[in-house]
Amino acid sequence: MLIAFLLVPLLGALAAVLLPAEQEKNARVVALGAAGLTCLIAVAVFLGFDASQEGYQFVQRFDWIDKDTAGFAVQFAVGVDGLSAPMVLLLGILSVVAVLVSWNIEVKQKQYYAWLLFLETAIGGVFISLDLIQFFLFWELELLPMFMLISQWGSGRRLYSATKFLLYTLAGSAFMLLGFLVIGFEAGTFDIIELTENPVTDAVIPLGLVFWAITLAFLVKLPVFPVHTWLPDAHTDAPTAVSVMLAGVLLKMGGYGILRISLSLLPEQAHDFSAILAAIAGFSVIWGAVITLRQTDLKRLVAYSSVSHMGYVLLGAAAMTDVGLSGAALQMFTHGTITGLLFVMVGIIYERTHTREIAKMSGLMHHMPLTGIVFIIAGLASLGLPSMSGFVAELTTFLGSLQAHPAATIAAIFGVVLSAGYILWTVQRIFHGPADPAWAHLTDARTWPEMVAMGVLVVAIMAVGIYPPILTDAIESGIAPIAAIVGGVA
Amino acid sequence: MSLAEHLNHIGPALILYIGAGVVLTADMFSGRAAPRWQLAVLALIGGLGWTYGLAMGDTRGEALGGAVRVDDFALFFSFLIIASTLAVVLSARQWTDSIERGAELYALMLISAASMVILAQANDLITIFIALETTSISQFVMAGLARTDRSAEAGLKYLLTGALSAAVLLYGFAFLFGMSGTTDLDGIADYLASAPEEQRLPLLLALVFVLAGFGFKMALAPFHAWVPDVYQGAPTVVSSFLSVASKAAGFAVALRLFYTGLGGGDTFLSEDWAMFVAVLAGLSMIFGNTGAILQTNAKRLLGYSSIAQAGNIAVGFAAVAAGSTIGPSGVMFFLGTYAATNLGAFIAVQAFAERTGSENIADFAGLPKRSPVLAVVLSLCLISLTGIPPTAGFIAKVYVFNGAVQTGHEWLIVLVAVAVVNTAISAFYYLRWLRTMWLDEAEDDSPIEVAPAVQAVLAAASIGVLFFGLWPAPLINAAQSAAETLL
Repeated sequence: MLIAFLLVPLLGALAAVLLPAEQEKNARVVALGAAGLTCLIAVAVFLGFDASQEGYQFVQRFDWIDKDTAGFAVQFAVGVDGLSAPMVLLLGILSVVAVLVSWNIEVKQKQYYAWLLFLETAIGGVFISLDLIQFFLFWELELLPMFMLISQWGSGRRLYSATKFLLYTLAGSAFMLLGFLVIGFEAGTFDIIELTENPVTDAVIPLGLVFWAITLAFLVKLPVFPVHTWLPDAHTDAPTAVSVMLAGVLLKMGGYGILRISLSLLPEQAHDFSAILAAIAGFSVIWGAVITLRQTDLKRLVAYSSVSHMGYVLLGAAAMTDVGLSGAALQMFTHGTITGLLFVMVGIIYERTHTREIAKMSGLMHHMPLTGIVFIIAGLASLGLPSMSGFVAELTTFLGSLQAHPAATIAAIFGVVLSAGYILWTVQRIFHGPADPAWAHLTDARTWPEMVAMGVLVVAIMAVGIYPPILTDAIESGIAPIAAIVGGVA
Repeated sequence: MSLAEHLNHIGPALILYIGAGVVLTADMFSGRAAPRWQLAVLALIGGLGWTYGLAMGDTRGEALGGAVRVDDFALFFSFLIIASTLAVVLSARQWTDSIERGAELYALMLISAASMVILAQANDLITIFIALETTSISQFVMAGLARTDRSAEAGLKYLLTGALSAAVLLYGFAFLFGMSGTTDLDGIADYLASAPEEQRLPLLLALVFVLAGFGFKMALAPFHAWVPDVYQGAPTVVSSFLSVASKAAGFAVALRLFYTGLGGGDTFLSEDWAMFVAVLAGLSMIFGNTGAILQTNAKRLLGYSSIAQAGNIAVGFAAVAAGSTIGPSGVMFFLGTYAATNLGAFIAVQAFAERTGSENIADFAGLPKRSPVLAVVLSLCLISLTGIPPTAGFIAKVYVFNGAVQTGHEWLIVLVAVAVVNTAISAFYYLRWLRTMWLDEAEDDSPIEVAPAVQAVLAAASIGVLFFGLWPAPLINAAQSAAETLL
């Protein structure tokens, strides 16, 4: 099942590339078919996941590099637990959305959809890997499609942004490999399940160093201050679909890595450094929010708000309690849907106005009422309004972290106030105010791909907001063992 | 042992030497009409076949009075060297037809390759030195063969640095011989096993000299100064030969000497020389990668990149641990995948330069439109050189770095840290090239034709790059069993 989850997009990518030139237009149909089928598989995995059981399900293993001959074993092993199942679902949903929002791409369509589907496979592989080397492989694999997508179909300084993205990620992940190798040498295995059950306690170099070598890669990806500067550039210059994938699932690889690897494999070190992580998180929330307030470019604004919001994930993780970790995991899913939706909306607006300057827009509500309403829904969810998913996630995070890290938590709560400020202010500047005759020609977002993309995400946001247990049951079953490990250290 | 058996042991090299003679003779009698390309290809296929026969059969052990030895290690490198040479020759036809001395090129390349095969088999200091000189001298001539100013300069530079390094190497050999009283590698190993601690200093001196000599062949910093100039100035055919076959031979002989002759991880010296190799590896990566960043000429960039890659390979060389094959097998696995990768890159550059007359990276803009084959192969090779999955370069780096960590030495972990940072640096220039190719608009978008033989070589290289990236087990097995015969 999980192998199919990886293979279907890959085969879809292949099919898209191999389309004859006169069928170029149909690449999007192929892509939608492949992403849709993958999404169905993801839903099936999520529904089939038994939340009453801890541990991994749907596990499949193959030997890849054999221990007897090579002296070290690398396997191709996949499985989901309560932490990865929601991520798989999120990826499935957002990939369909990504295809839908790129429906009108005109340049090199075959290649575009192929890279997009390839990206889905690469990210999916990160979420379901049960072997460190395999995890690293997929982690690196994702660079290539991202680089290509931003640099070929982006706008503005796309080459600069794509290169910056690549170098930041590579610099981070380089040390991650070193950390993995040290752990693998010490434990004699790269198997994540075995390593979680028997964390290494000693290594040739201090384990604290190993912890930071690995965690740095995740912090870059998350991203947090001061390694976040690649994110606004990448977002601003990326095409809409790539922004959706970037904010929606790519950043989650960082949070996922912290929970799955940093905390689970090196619990003692994670515990020792939890105060530093919390401080970084708290500062990142505030810093991100303050910078967001100052943005004049709509897409950059949403991008910086991600820095602020992903700080909550790190804060929840740094709490290292059951509740805090659940909050972090939940925040990853909700941020994926909410910010994904915000980027969809930014894309819809930009496609019509051809500007992202907030100052140039005014009274769009008159011409694009549906767009306005959905934007407001996404905005309210983003600032954490009760009944929407953002609220549940942030509240859980704060509840979990308040006791462990009061100062950072209070700073983060103040960040919510700031985010209410920039969201409402932005909505007011763009959608309200007098109707500008210059925008009278704008049409509302009423094509079916746009409506489906918005609808799916709005439903996901509301559903989790109104009835959180759809997600939290699964998440708790995945978080409990991690919390037991890191909590057990204290 | 009968004469035939002796000859059977050195068969792969012998057939290449004979091939060289036949090519020259044919050229002498019928000049340009002579089927020199076909003869060279035939000789190389014969060499490959013989190697294969030896590998399948049970001919193992020493021959010619202990001067050479046939074992899995020698056969691995013999196969690697001859196969890379075959790839180079297959792609060289167009260029050799355009110059006056095509036959000489083939003859020299066959002689050089044959001597490399002997080098991989050599089990004696004298054999090592003679084989090394034979291969070097033919390379000096090849580098200058194009008869342009740059080519002549490359040849002369290569000759001068090569002569110096040979002298240094010989000095090191003299030390080793003087102390152990034998030139036989096994004899040296026996002597070292019982050598008194006081002899550490002279022995270390000998090792430093020897490594300096080999470092020249492997293109390790700080013995790398010739590389960019020669790679750029020499005919591309020769550069690709140097960057793959010559480097493989350098590592082969160094592995044999240090792991067999100097007892691998079992002697009191091993950590000393391993540390020295580690320093060279670190320097090579740093010099190679920082040097490559500024390059605009494709061949010069590949020259710097090959210094950096030599550093990566040397990480495996330094990963010596008593009784463990993981370091040397990493070197062999890396060299195997590197051969496919670098040949693909060099031959693509060569095919491009022959048609367009330009080696500037900026002129690669719009290549996918002009020649999809070249663009795809070159991209794949650059991705593999960076070490991004799913290519063989990724597995090779993980394998070698893992080997270094597995030894459990802190200083090797520091070296791996240097190496991973360098991987990120290298991504900058490899992917910049990729970007130019795919994203920039071409000034001239006339299609580039690629000869069928060259296409076949490029296809083989890309299949190798992908195949060993997805299914590395066969090559790992071969490298492991070859490494076991070293210890």
